[in-house]
Amino acid sequence: MDFLTELLIAFFLVVSGIFGLVGSFGMIKLRETMQRLHAPTKATTLGVGGVLIASMLYFLLIERSFSFHELLITLFLFLTAPIVAHFIAKTYLQVHIRPSDLPPTGGEHGWSLYDDPPGDRREE
Amino acid sequence: MLRRIFPHPLLSLVLTLVWLGLVNKVTLGNLVLGVALGIVVPVMTAAYWPNRPRIRNPLMAAEYALVVLWDIVVANVQVAMIILFKPNADLRSTWITVPLELTSAEAITVLAGTITMTPGTVSAMLSADSSAILVHCLHTDDPDDVRDQIKARYERRLKEIFQ
Repeated sequence: MDFLTELLIAFFLVVSGIFGLVGSFGMIKLRETMQRLHAPTKATTLGVGGVLIASMLYFLLIERSFSFHELLITLFLFLTAPIVAHFIAKTYLQVHIRPSDLPPTGGEHGWSLYDDPPGDRREE
Repeated sequence: MLRRIFPHPLLSLVLTLVWLGLVNKVTLGNLVLGVALGIVVPVMTAAYWPNRPRIRNPLMAAEYALVVLWDIVVANVQVAMIILFKPNADLRSTWITVPLELTSAEAITVLAGTITMTPGTVSAMLSADSSAILVHCLHTDDPDDVRDQIKARYERRLKEIFQ
């Protein structure tokens, strides 16, 4: 095994570890629920991303085989993480926030949690 | 004829590639099974996407992916610095309204996902007529600048991709 290869893989593992740690620390340090929501969205992107890059490099350079699973994990994470964050944000808004706490929409209709959608423009 | 076998060529391609990725081994048998899935699944689910928008500009989509990936890395570092070194008392979190020019549901979904994945901002809600999106910003000195950034970096590109 090449020393440089190992160094590169170790570098990505350390980076991902640091960002995972900072993300978890943010969960403790920040005070409001909406602020805490920012911490886990970060841990998933660079924290998990670093591990995945390290894993791909390991299989590519040391095991000499290409692994697709990391790409798929990235894809599924990018699809699911924003949706979960959106659910949590909306639940929080429903329970803790009144419409008067939010900035105006700038249009003639209010935010979708408090206002009905206008007529038959959309079917859903 | 070709359109009836492949009502959604892009989805067929993606399904085939995802299948090959899942089994993690490219053999002829796996490829045949993947292509079979790529043909059957779009036909069976055709009823669920009646008015899907077409991707006009594949090159632009690739550029968009690169821009978003780069922004994720940069913004990750920024937010890590905020968490580690900024006292909570100095943290100015705000709600920001971003008016939307995008109309298709798919484009708005991609934009909302992008806003959440680039740390520092989380998209929270649409207005009832989906003409604006509510964004929560962890820390900013200039809310107008964040709004303009989102519009200039992401929405402008998405408009060219989808419309």
